[in-house]
Order: sequence, then structure tokens, then C-alpha cells
Amino acid sequence: MASNFSIKHQPGFTTIAATCFVVLYLPIIVLVLYAFNAASSTSEWGGFSLRWFQSAYQNTQVIDATLRSFQIGAIAAVLSTIFATMAALATTRTAPYPGLTFKYAAINQPLMVPEIVTGVALLIFFSRIKIFTGYSGLGYLIAAHTAFCIPFAYLPIRARLENMDLTLERAAADLYATPWKTFRRITLPLLWPGILAGLMLAFVISLDDVVITEFVKSGGQDTLPTYMLGQIRRGVTPEINAISTAFLLLSVAIVTLFFFVSRKRD
Amino acid sequence: MAAAEEVAKAAERRDVRDRWLLSAPALLVILLAATGPLLIVLVYSFLTPGAYGDVKWQFSPDAWISVFMERDIFDDTLSLAAAHVTIFWRSIKLAVVTTLATLALGFPTAYFMATRSEKTRDLWLFLITIPFWTNLLIRTFAVLQIIRNEGIINTILLKLGIISAPIQILYTDTAILIGMAYVYLPLMVLPIYASMEKLDFRLVEAGYDLYATRFKVLRKIIFPLVKPGVIAGSILVFIPALGAYVTPVVLGGGKNMMLSNLIELQFGQGRNWPLGSALSITVMVIVMLALLAYVRNAGKSGVRHG
Repeated sequence: MASNFSIKHQPGFTTIAATCFVVLYLPIIVLVLYAFNAASSTSEWGGFSLRWFQSAYQNTQVIDATLRSFQIGAIAAVLSTIFATMAALATTRTAPYPGLTFKYAAINQPLMVPEIVTGVALLIFFSRIKIFTGYSGLGYLIAAHTAFCIPFAYLPIRARLENMDLTLERAAADLYATPWKTFRRITLPLLWPGILAGLMLAFVISLDDVVITEFVKSGGQDTLPTYMLGQIRRGVTPEINAISTAFLLLSVAIVTLFFFVSRKRD
Repeated sequence: MAAAEEVAKAAERRDVRDRWLLSAPALLVILLAATGPLLIVLVYSFLTPGAYGDVKWQFSPDAWISVFMERDIFDDTLSLAAAHVTIFWRSIKLAVVTTLATLALGFPTAYFMATRSEKTRDLWLFLITIPFWTNLLIRTFAVLQIIRNEGIINTILLKLGIISAPIQILYTDTAILIGMAYVYLPLMVLPIYASMEKLDFRLVEAGYDLYATRFKVLRKIIFPLVKPGVIAGSILVFIPALGAYVTPVVLGGGKNMMLSNLIELQFGQGRNWPLGSALSITVMVIVMLALLAYVRNAGKSGVRHG
């Protein structure tokens, strides 16, 4: 009797958990299945076909939006990761100093504000600048994405730094390495998995953004998510399923990579 | 002696200065493209709407008055703006119910994950992380295809003969609720799991040794210990749920507006930027109050934040 009693058991919890996992994946699986549907409606199954992938691939609007998403995502991810790395170096492995708490609060601030509010604020601010300078390029979107990616890139980098003690850096300094050389040869290689994780996280976050982009973009600056939102608003075609499937594949690949990079402990 | 102290102090000052220089780019970008513009929103909320959008630089409290009140066009009397109150109420209600629903589902899920063996735990964590980093729009779209009249739920129920006509779920508040609970569930599970993982099950064992029932152990031992995770998860779900934009647009179909759609309207067809600004600030204030409650609660349970 006593040996059968599991202290970890709670009635019904496993059932609820199993249901959650099934429910989380079921809609995604259905979405992917219908991307391979030959019929032109999403309510009936007309056999296996790649026609919707083909039609998405031949749709110049889709390709343009995809390339724009990648361009913004890549630039914003690199910039935000560089800035976040610098900020993480400045805010870890130190005794508390004046302004440290302020820095934490400032860096995490974009996470505390609902996206819609940031979107509105940037719409107003950038429309002023647009009138003032006449510039209406992708710079605004890149600036906005860089800003909200910083706290995400900062997280894994800071976590990694906090697990690194200063012994090796001190040893390098004792051996007359310049601060820059110590950084290049010691800190950076040790920190690299954190930086890589931050970079991937920032890229995914930028790629996923709908709300802020929707408010900041000028005409003809659709990213893939805002293009898709526009299409979904107009009605559902299996082409959206095909685009979603490709998008999903990319996200899963990045998340898998992220998972392995950030789990790697050496 | 004094000289050595001087040197040490100078080194410390230099260190602090270097640390400010290092964090300057990140702080500057956030100030320019995230935090700073919020102040402009506050200023705009006190101006007069321009005829074609934007504002006239003329002070007016009208935007703030019309957040909750409307002025009668004939006799200028103020009355409660029923439409706005409805939208506020719906947003808060949906956000709260979403938080409770994800808690009811997420807590057992996190518990399940945390009680797996060390090896399989990573796999479960991975399975919950994938939806977490998958595009929110795509996940909302996936829900749309499931609950639509021609969707899988209605098709199966029709085929089984349980219903004779499809149930209209899409374009209702229920649809928004299902969608939000679906997309925000991982946000609830992850922080609870993080607390749960550190749970010392010897305490649970002690509870059973003292003849506690399963429910009592859950309520008196497990729940208080993972409360910080529960609060963090609730905040992480409540904030985006209150400001949700994509879910009501895709699943609510324009008629069932939430706060963010009302705000968007002011910057589009409504051409009332000051009102849109005042509404945005109001959303911010609600979120800040929720965060404040969180910090106070977390402080009480003695959790340190770093």
C-alpha cells in the first residue's frame, strides 16, 4: 500500500496537462495539413498538393514582404544584440552602483508596456520626424524593432554573464593583458553561447511582431506578418496556410537551435 | 594610506563611468524608440484633434473627458459614454477570464512537467517553448481554422449528428477568449514551471506524514511555494491580454472591439489622435496598477528580484 503511494501525484493533473499539450499542437497540425490541400477552399480536403506553396512563391507581394521581414529582423537583431551585450557587461558582476536599478528598469521597460501603446507612441513620434526630415524609409521600423528586441537579447546574455566568475579575467589582467585583449580572448569566447542565444531570440521576436510594425510602417512597407494579417482580414485562402507553414518551419528551426545553444553548459 | 584610498576611489569612479558608457547605446535606443515617445502621447492627449488626423497645438481636456463621457451635441450635457464603457468592461473581463483560464490549465501542466524525471523534463519544456516562440498571428490563425463554421470542431459535431447546424463561435467574445487562452497559455506555464522546478518535495512528503489530504497538500504547501511563479505568469498573461490587438481583429471580426481596436480606430477613421492618446495612457495606467500589485505581492512573499 505504502509503496504505491506517490507523493507527486495530484488527481486529474496529468489529464489536464495531456489535454493542454494536445490542444496546443492540434490547431497547428491542422493548419499545416491544409497547406498541402489541393482544393481551393480550406473546408474540404482535395488531395495532396504543393500548389499553394507554389502560388505563394510566385506572389511578389509575399516575397517582398518576406525579404523586408528578414532585412529588418537581421539588422535589428544584430544591433540589439550588440547593445544588449554592452549593457549586460555594464550591469552584471559588479557591486551595486548609482543608476544600476535605473538601468535594469530602463532596459526592461519595453516589456512592461502593452504593444499597442508603444505602437501609438511611435506612430505619433515618427510622424513628427517624417514631417520634419522628409525621410520615410525602413529606418523607423528598424529603430522600433531594435528597441523592443533589446530586453529579449539582454536576458540570455545577462544570465550567461552572471554564471561566469571574474577569475579568468583577473588572471588575464595579472598577466598584463590589456582590457580589450582580455575581452577578446576570455570574456567574448565564454559569453558567445549567450550572445548567440540573444541574437536568435531577437531575430524571432522581430520576425513575429505585428502590432508595432502595423502602426509604424508607411505605405508599401508590409512585413510578412502585417501582410498576412491584411490577407486574413480579407478572407481565408490556403495560400496563408502555406506561408504560415514555411514561417513555422523557420521559427521551429531557430527555437531548436536556441534551445541547444542556451542549454549547452561548459 | 590616504593616497591609496584616493586611487581606489578614482578607479571606482572610472569603473562606474565606463559602465555608463557601455550601457549608453541600449539606453539611448530605448529612450528614443520606446520610452520617450510615451511622453509625447501624454502631451497629445491634452491637444485638439486636427481635421485630417494629427493635432492642432491647442490645449483641450476634451479627449480625457470623452474617455468615459460623451457630450450631447444639442445641449452640451455630459453623460456616460456607453460604447467606451462597454469596450473597457469587455477588455478587462476578457483579460481577467483569460488569466484565470490559463491559470486553471497552466498550473496542472507546469506541475506535470516539474514532476517528470530530470531527463524528460527538458523535452516537455521544449514542447511548451515551441508554441511560445511561434508567431502569435499564425497561432491565432490556426485557432480561426479550428473554430470556424466549416472548421474541424463543427464538421465533426455535424458528422456525428450531435448538432444539426454549425455553432457560431467565430466573431464572438468566446472566440476571442479561446484564442487568447490558446496563445497565452505558454506564458502562464513557463514561470509557474520555473518555480515548480525548485519545489522541495520533502515538504510535500512531510505534509502527507502529518495526514494531510492531497488537496490540502496542494493548497497549503505546493501553492504557497510556487505563488511567485503564479503571480508572474498572471501578469505575463494579463498585460498582453488587456492590450490584445491581433486576437480580436482575427477572431472577433471587427464588431467585438477591445481597447486596442478602439485606440486604432482613433488613429484611423476616427481621426481623433488626442482621444487615442488618452485611451492609450488609460491602458498604461491599468497595466501599471497591475504591476504595482504584483511588486507588492511579490515583496510580501519575500521574493528577491535581481
